[in-house]
Amino acid sequence: MTTSTIHDIGYRHYDGRRLGRAYVLRSQYVHNLRAAFGLGRPARAKVMPFLLSAVMLLPAAASVAILGFTKEPNALIRYAAYAYTMQVVVAIFLATQAPVIASRELRFHSVPLYFSRPVGHLDFVLAKFGAFVTALFILLAVPVTLLYVGALVTRPDKMKPVMEVVEGENGEMVTGRVQKPDSLVEHTLHYFGGLAGCLLFALVLAAIGLVIAAFTTRRGLGVAAVIAVYMISSTIVVIVQGIAETEANNFTVSGWAGLFSPFNLVDIVQVRLLGAQLTAPAAPSGVVGGLAALAVCAALVAGSIAVLYRRFRKAGLS
Amino acid sequence: MNSTIAMITFRAMLGRKRALLLFVLPFIMLVLAIGLKVTGYADLDVSSNVLHRFGLSTLLPLLALIAGTGVIGPEIDDGQVMYVLTKPIPRQVIIFTKLVVAIVLIVLFAVVPTLLAGLIMSGTTAQVTPALTVGVLLGGIAYAAVFVALGVISRNAVTIGLIYVLVWEILLGNFAPGAKSASIQQWSLSVADKLTEASQIKSTVDLPIAVLLLVVITAAGTALATVRLRSLSVASAE
Repeated sequence: MTTSTIHDIGYRHYDGRRLGRAYVLRSQYVHNLRAAFGLGRPARAKVMPFLLSAVMLLPAAASVAILGFTKEPNALIRYAAYAYTMQVVVAIFLATQAPVIASRELRFHSVPLYFSRPVGHLDFVLAKFGAFVTALFILLAVPVTLLYVGALVTRPDKMKPVMEVVEGENGEMVTGRVQKPDSLVEHTLHYFGGLAGCLLFALVLAAIGLVIAAFTTRRGLGVAAVIAVYMISSTIVVIVQGIAETEANNFTVSGWAGLFSPFNLVDIVQVRLLGAQLTAPAAPSGVVGGLAALAVCAALVAGSIAVLYRRFRKAGLS
Repeated sequence: MNSTIAMITFRAMLGRKRALLLFVLPFIMLVLAIGLKVTGYADLDVSSNVLHRFGLSTLLPLLALIAGTGVIGPEIDDGQVMYVLTKPIPRQVIIFTKLVVAIVLIVLFAVVPTLLAGLIMSGTTAQVTPALTVGVLLGGIAYAAVFVALGVISRNAVTIGLIYVLVWEILLGNFAPGAKSASIQQWSLSVADKLTEASQIKSTVDLPIAVLLLVVITAAGTALATVRLRSLSVASAE
């Protein structure tokens, strides 16, 4: 539906301004984003998201503090490794908050109320998906940004191109700019690579979490189902990788097996396409491996939106 | 033990598509075991690794979490528990019944599949399979008691249980050995360690302490659940 409608039951006419589709989309997005952190809900709904966000920040804060008080040359955690290292916390956030976004309206059968108003089915799903991706991105990107800012503040000398006296062409001494390996530009590039990785993590995890939560509407069961998928997939992948490497000496299989665990999957893209170092146990070699992993991510996101669209459209009919 | 409560709980846990998750999780482990057997990688190392990592430290806590909190949590949430509490049935009987149902579910969906997967992969070589099955059973009883108590105490029982399993047992267990020793998983592993001569199964806790702690945590969980159910305030649905 592209035009807004006002329910006119004949008592009083409305000829004010009509807020269109973009307004509906934006309202739903903001509402879901707030819900993901428990804002606008009772205090006990805020406990988990904020506790987990705080836990996510702890290692970054500790790393910055260590940089500030010691001579440690580099941050303790690489930007691209942050999400993978903290994956347990991210998985718990995903498991507790995905049902908040995707199960609640289904559990209380309130979806038809939305669709009796000019809210498009796809808009409804996109707003939910976008809001949850944003929430996960905030969860992942804030600590990485803290690491970056911390490095800028505590190691400003390493971030600047260093002025050095070098010998000129005719033998005279001139002052030149020498790029140190860890200069500001390179550092910032790593940071943006890390942010791109965070976005991809957010997209893939939201896709998986929301679909599972939309089909397990019973309270508590959605949480368990999301975490079950995370734990089972990562355990199986680690077991298969272990067997492939130690028993069969087959590193190709072990690399490709990584595609089946969400965190390993995104790490493959980070390593092969964004130039990060490997954090996951294994990755398929070459750009081909990276492109394959990226294709899997894209398929997950597209498939998830399609499934959610069908699910909510069907729920809207009853 | 009250057979009516047991029947209602079984029906709630296994009815319709709710049980799907309960069936899928052990099924995946059996598929993995058969796959490893067919491809010929199922030696003692791999077999004990799979039983330990998948059976004891993934499948068992997950199933105990679903079964333990599932037998009582949803009833308290939607207020149906009032229909049970207003009958002249002692609270300890209610808790005991719920606990028995949870344990039966754990036996069906975690202990038996662990035994089957072990038998498929390595038979009874070095007693690894029976040892880990006993470990999973004892761990399952302790987990069930803890999670039933959590289900009575908190509306966020699943989340709190998850944090215990993932953060305490797995994340902290990797960094702080102290946290690792203070976990149901290590205590049940200790029992398994004693029952097998295979060197692949190793625990950081001594057997007498482990058994004592398992008994204490089970008793404490059951007692706490009973006490909290005595003074349960039924809040309206969220």
